[in-house]
Amino acid sequence: MDILTFMQQMVNGFSLGSMYALIAIGYTMVYGVLRLINFAHGDIMMVGAFLGYTFMAVFELSFPVTVLLSVLISAALGMFMDKIAYKPLREAPKISLLITAIGISFFLENAFTVFAGGTPRPFPVPDYMEQIFDVSGVIFSVASITVPAVTLVLLLGILYVLYRTKYGMAIRALSFDIKTVNLMGIDANTIIALVFGLGSALAAVGGLFWAVNYPSVEPMMGVLVGLKAFAAAVVGGIGSVTGAVLGGFIIGFTEVVVIAFWPEMGGYKDAFAFVFLILVLLFKPTGIMGEDLEKGRF
Amino acid sequence: MNNTVFTKDRLINLAIIITTIWFLWFAQHFFDEYTIRIINNVAIFIILAVSYNLINGITGQFSLEPNGFIAIGAYVTAILTVDSEAMLYQYDIEDPYPWVLALQSNFGWALFFSGTISALLALSLAFPVFRVRGDYLAIVTLGFGFIIRILAINSPEITNGSLGINDIPEFSNLYWTGGLAICTVLAVLNIIYSKFGRAMKAVRDDEDAATAMGINTFKIKTMAFTTSAFFEGIGGGLLAALLTSISPDLFTFFLTFQLLIIIVLGGLGSTTGAILGTIFVMAGLEYMRFLDEPINLFGFETEAMPGMRMVVFSLILIFVMLFAREGLMGKRELKDLFKKKKVNK
Repeated sequence: MDILTFMQQMVNGFSLGSMYALIAIGYTMVYGVLRLINFAHGDIMMVGAFLGYTFMAVFELSFPVTVLLSVLISAALGMFMDKIAYKPLREAPKISLLITAIGISFFLENAFTVFAGGTPRPFPVPDYMEQIFDVSGVIFSVASITVPAVTLVLLLGILYVLYRTKYGMAIRALSFDIKTVNLMGIDANTIIALVFGLGSALAAVGGLFWAVNYPSVEPMMGVLVGLKAFAAAVVGGIGSVTGAVLGGFIIGFTEVVVIAFWPEMGGYKDAFAFVFLILVLLFKPTGIMGEDLEKGRF
Repeated sequence: MNNTVFTKDRLINLAIIITTIWFLWFAQHFFDEYTIRIINNVAIFIILAVSYNLINGITGQFSLEPNGFIAIGAYVTAILTVDSEAMLYQYDIEDPYPWVLALQSNFGWALFFSGTISALLALSLAFPVFRVRGDYLAIVTLGFGFIIRILAINSPEITNGSLGINDIPEFSNLYWTGGLAICTVLAVLNIIYSKFGRAMKAVRDDEDAATAMGINTFKIKTMAFTTSAFFEGIGGGLLAALLTSISPDLFTFFLTFQLLIIIVLGGLGSTTGAILGTIFVMAGLEYMRFLDEPINLFGFETEAMPGMRMVVFSLILIFVMLFAREGLMGKRELKDLFKKKKVNK
């Protein structure tokens, strides 16, 4: 493999890793406060992509407006989901919460299959996103630069919210102890809704980028991506936002690089994330950036 | 009654078993093919649900892997029962390995090997899987189910890849499915009422306390996991011999989801609940077929909506969790119901 192909694979890996990272942040934040694997998170990403498709192909809005609207609606959906399905189960055993999450995930997938059809729809990618630069042999598309750049900006934004604002302090406090936070006069439910809103917004951004890079949307698109993003969150250390981004890049790069070096492994592409996950759990269950399971997160 | 051999409980159980066997004989001889097929399906899903309930409900280890073990069971039975000529004819992507062709056995042994291989795999998996608790366990086992499917797609020399194996001899009849369902229920109930079963429940209710009482929780969890994998493998084998053709698409997470609805609806932790849940869900899936088809509402024809049944079922799952977390039976069994009646009198 020459250096050019290698650089090219790096560019692709960055792009794929950023999308996993965006989705992994949502998993890690929800897990941090509720200790819940939000199975429906990958489907929120699918909803985000579908909203993007609707606004662009049906209402013919411009791409930035589409992103704004899809993100806002997805965030609202995430908060609504929390209010309807998770909030009544705050005191219930964790398993009930998990089963409900699986139920919501299946509901979203099947509802979209029923009302939007199961066949993939072509996503109308704006022309300027497909523009290509050739930097001494390595090919960049605008999308492959935009995705990591936006991820970085959003990561900094989330870190700012978590560590420099009062809301962030409340979120970090929640990850230690929900009951005490309530006693301190903070409305835990509002903060949890905020976490769901933030996570879902990021997932929607991830979904839109996914649709731009692999230009089609279908109701089951979120399942595998969601699971891989969760694996990324665990690899990075669940509960840690920076770790989630790191994990996303690791999983994304592995997928791209292994296939570039051993093309015959292509069929096993989707298994890498899980092998990674099992290895991490075997040898370092807290992940790369994670702390002790019983202490607070973030 | 002071007789210790024929206690009231045992007589009731015996009566239920004899009635079930008589019903199976009657159904096999007098029911039409469609009804027999549904009863076959219900019997297989009773095997699957009762064994899934052993690890999820009784031992409280929330795992999502049955589709993986069912797939292994189904493939083992298919490879062992399809004869080598039919195999050579079917395997279009790659020629099968010589040992795949050479392995042949009758249906009974095939089922036994289905169960054993699943159980051995579960045993080797237990070490990585039970290093983690709770939610992690769910996602690791879910990943395992995915990996099994990906392996099945990518080893065409053994499984014929995504084309799957066809023309599996249709061995499954009500005696096989029903008989094995009875055996599974009896075996699982015996485990539940043994000291191991009590240890499993202790692990479910409080793992730390169970450890403090001297229970080797890892051993108990592994036992439950392996036993449940054994019966899931057998169920998979029966499923393959009932459907006569299998492919990786059959063993997606959807299969696990169906079993999850069954045991949640029946009540996590109750074998009686798992059986009732199976009957309700399987009957419901048949009855609600109309939802997927065009509906004539007062003269307005709606379009066909494939997948509508699953929307309804996921809503049912959410509602059960939100408003009736105990399900139909909670953690009670059939005989607990009789006891309660006595107290009320």
